[in-house]
Amino acid sequence: MSTVSEAPAVGLTHGGSEDTGLGNRGPQSKSIVVPYGFWLFVLSDMVLFSALFATYASLVHATDGGPVTSQLFDRTNVAIETLALLVSSFICGLAMIAAKRQNLLWTQIWLALTGFFGFVFLVIELTEFAGMIRIGAGPQRSAFLSSFFTLVGCHGAHVTAGLMWIGTMMAQVWAKGFQPHIMRRLLCLSVFWHALDIIWVAIFTIVYLIGTLP
Amino acid sequence: MSPIFGKLTWSAIPFQEPIPLVTSIVVILGLAAVAIWITRIRAWQFLWDEYITSTDHKKIGIMYIVLGLVMLVRGFADAIMMRAQQYFAVGPSQGYLNPEHYDQIFSAHGTIMIFFVAMPLVIGFMNFVVPLQLGVRDVAFPTLNNVSFWLAASGALLVNLSLFLGEFARTGWLAFPPLSEKAFSPGVGVDYYLVALQISGVGTVLTGVNFVTTILKIRAPGMSYLRMPVFCWTALAANLLIIAAFPVLTATLAMLMLDRYLGFHFFTNDGGGNSMLYMNLIWVWGHPEVYILVLPAFGIYSEVVATFSGKPLFGYRSMVFATLAICILSFTVWLHHFFTMGAGADVNAFFGIASMLIGIPTGVKIYNWLFTMYGGRVRFNVPMYYTIGFMLTFTLGGLTGVLLAIPPVDFVVHNSLFLVAHFHNVIIPGVVFAIFAGYHYWFPKAFGFTLDERLGKAGFWCWFVGFNLAFMPSYLLGFWGGTRRMQHISDPSWKPWLAVELLGACFIGAAIALTVWQLLYSIRTRDKRLDTTGDPWDGRTLEWLTLSPPPHYNFAVLPDVHGEEAYWHRKQKAIEREELIPEPDYKPIEMPLNTPTGVIVAFFASLCGFAIIWYIWWLAILGLVGAFAIFVWYAWRDEHEHVIPVEEVRDNARERRRIRMGALHTVSQSR
Repeated sequence: MSTVSEAPAVGLTHGGSEDTGLGNRGPQSKSIVVPYGFWLFVLSDMVLFSALFATYASLVHATDGGPVTSQLFDRTNVAIETLALLVSSFICGLAMIAAKRQNLLWTQIWLALTGFFGFVFLVIELTEFAGMIRIGAGPQRSAFLSSFFTLVGCHGAHVTAGLMWIGTMMAQVWAKGFQPHIMRRLLCLSVFWHALDIIWVAIFTIVYLIGTLP
Repeated sequence: MSPIFGKLTWSAIPFQEPIPLVTSIVVILGLAAVAIWITRIRAWQFLWDEYITSTDHKKIGIMYIVLGLVMLVRGFADAIMMRAQQYFAVGPSQGYLNPEHYDQIFSAHGTIMIFFVAMPLVIGFMNFVVPLQLGVRDVAFPTLNNVSFWLAASGALLVNLSLFLGEFARTGWLAFPPLSEKAFSPGVGVDYYLVALQISGVGTVLTGVNFVTTILKIRAPGMSYLRMPVFCWTALAANLLIIAAFPVLTATLAMLMLDRYLGFHFFTNDGGGNSMLYMNLIWVWGHPEVYILVLPAFGIYSEVVATFSGKPLFGYRSMVFATLAICILSFTVWLHHFFTMGAGADVNAFFGIASMLIGIPTGVKIYNWLFTMYGGRVRFNVPMYYTIGFMLTFTLGGLTGVLLAIPPVDFVVHNSLFLVAHFHNVIIPGVVFAIFAGYHYWFPKAFGFTLDERLGKAGFWCWFVGFNLAFMPSYLLGFWGGTRRMQHISDPSWKPWLAVELLGACFIGAAIALTVWQLLYSIRTRDKRLDTTGDPWDGRTLEWLTLSPPPHYNFAVLPDVHGEEAYWHRKQKAIEREELIPEPDYKPIEMPLNTPTGVIVAFFASLCGFAIIWYIWWLAILGLVGAFAIFVWYAWRDEHEHVIPVEEVRDNARERRRIRMGALHTVSQSR
């Protein structure tokens, strides 16, 4: 595949329209179709989280005599965790700028740092989980804790998947350079990574902030 | 538990129970016979190249439809076993199925018919038809499309595997807790159910993403939204519903899995769990699911009724509006599945009224179809038989639905046979008849010859009579207090009605047998019914513009669309001027390459799923690693597309023009 011209969308005789309007000027180019499809996937993922949020909201008081939110959550800890994730997202943006300038070295550095702060976030989260389980507040303790571990853990699982993706993309950028399809994948990766922030902000508010209100 | 084999032991094979054992042996022998036959005619390479690894939306659509029809036979076998049991197990007799087995059969019947019959068939038609109707060459993500299909097949495989190894769920098609929790269903049945649905559910979400992207972003030039055929609109609505509803199913089933595998307390009786939460979540998916199935079915009827009435669809815009209204309303009615939860009068009234509101856009559709026929020159081919049969019976099912939407009435007939009659009355005429209408309608497009009309009509009458005999008595039995899912019936006065229902099931069996016979007969005598022009029904939409079967790339040049019914107007203009549009400038075409990614991912997914069901943890990890490895391997490829040379495109296109010119002369001479 040429690195200069944009690849045509599926089996087109012409290059595909860049018009993002109503799409009545014929099939759109891959640079529009691929991120659009990925956005739809991210939206479906948000629906999945909304089911978990709804579950958490309806089970948060079903503590079965066990620990309640204000006894378990530590705002300082969560603040550091949040900071790590947001910094990671900011650096992901820097990686995209470097990729757009086709700067291999800085793209790799920023991607590695994105992954590093994502990893820091995960370590803090897992430490929190381990601490809760140690004091007998594991997911088997009550419906509230089941829903807490599932909601927050599902976000953590997404971050883990994101880390694997970042690693794969670093290898792909290194091996294949900034080809159009690699650039599209980087764009999708950054969409995914930022979407995880949005979900985290909701978790931070609904679970931790409201949960530690006096 | 063994670290190597998990819970899997020899006792998993049902040596003691003759029915599953004999069925298993017959199925295994059947599969072996098919495999030997394929080997003898040396078709493995052909199947691998042309179907299994294909990224062609038409081939994938055909594979979905084959999967759906095969599973229809399985689901029907369950159905007739239930009807026979109910007929025999009246009064002192206990019938031939024990309750444990009977419960597995009704659970498998519902699960299979919805997830592995109706879904693959509906998605199969969307695959085959939507890109052709939009005048383009493939869907947005062809490889993903292949992956989706194989994940659906993987789920179907696991459900069928439960017949030979272990057991299936005894918890109904939605596995309600607390019955489906570990404490009450300790076996592998519910795990088979959960894992199979999770794997096929992922495939369905990917299909939803793929088709919404395709319909919104990949259309022929000039094909603006309000020029799209109604089937594309209904496909868009259904796929939007998939994106918005299926993740909820995934989340809900995942929570039940956490309860069962790791001792969480989402839906348990203890630990603060709440089983009604499961009801709410599962029906937030479950009700839109009904419309994911029935909206594309309405689309099929719309295409059929316009074509065979020789008129444009009456009220095209109101049809689009009604489709989208149903799409949105479908998310506001889930609670009507459990009015008896006791949410209070206000909540029940809201959901009752919302449920009745859906009757309005649906009524609009029925009238539109009737007015399309009115004043038209209706041709009574098989698809039209199914369409008229649908309008007659579905209306009745819709009316009993409005009845059920009234909370006080629902309290009386909740979980009764009246409900069973109602939902079969909407799903069989609504979805199954549409599938058979579409099957007869698009078969010539897929294979280049039509199906035998006489056998098709006989099949329709068997379906129509069989359905009415098999389910209308259930309305009465439900009013008399008959509850659903009964393995034994104590009131002997019901026996005549149960006999009628069994007779109806036999008629449906005959209809399925006729379908198989019709297919074989039509293949043998195909030379008599060849579709030489690509337009056997005098069609109105773009799939009839190309030859039958269409070339891999569908259209040599993407058609220019200038109004509604793109193909009809182009055809009329050609007939008027007695000439085709001037020959365009042909160019080479890039098409996506075949890939084994889908089938390998599904292999690892099946392996992983099987391992989770039987607690074989090393194998589960191996399956996950394998699936990730194949993704990375796929992402590493450098060749994405192959080029079809301009000579081939031009020669095919000229052949098509020659055929069409011939047809044009025939038409103008007959005037």
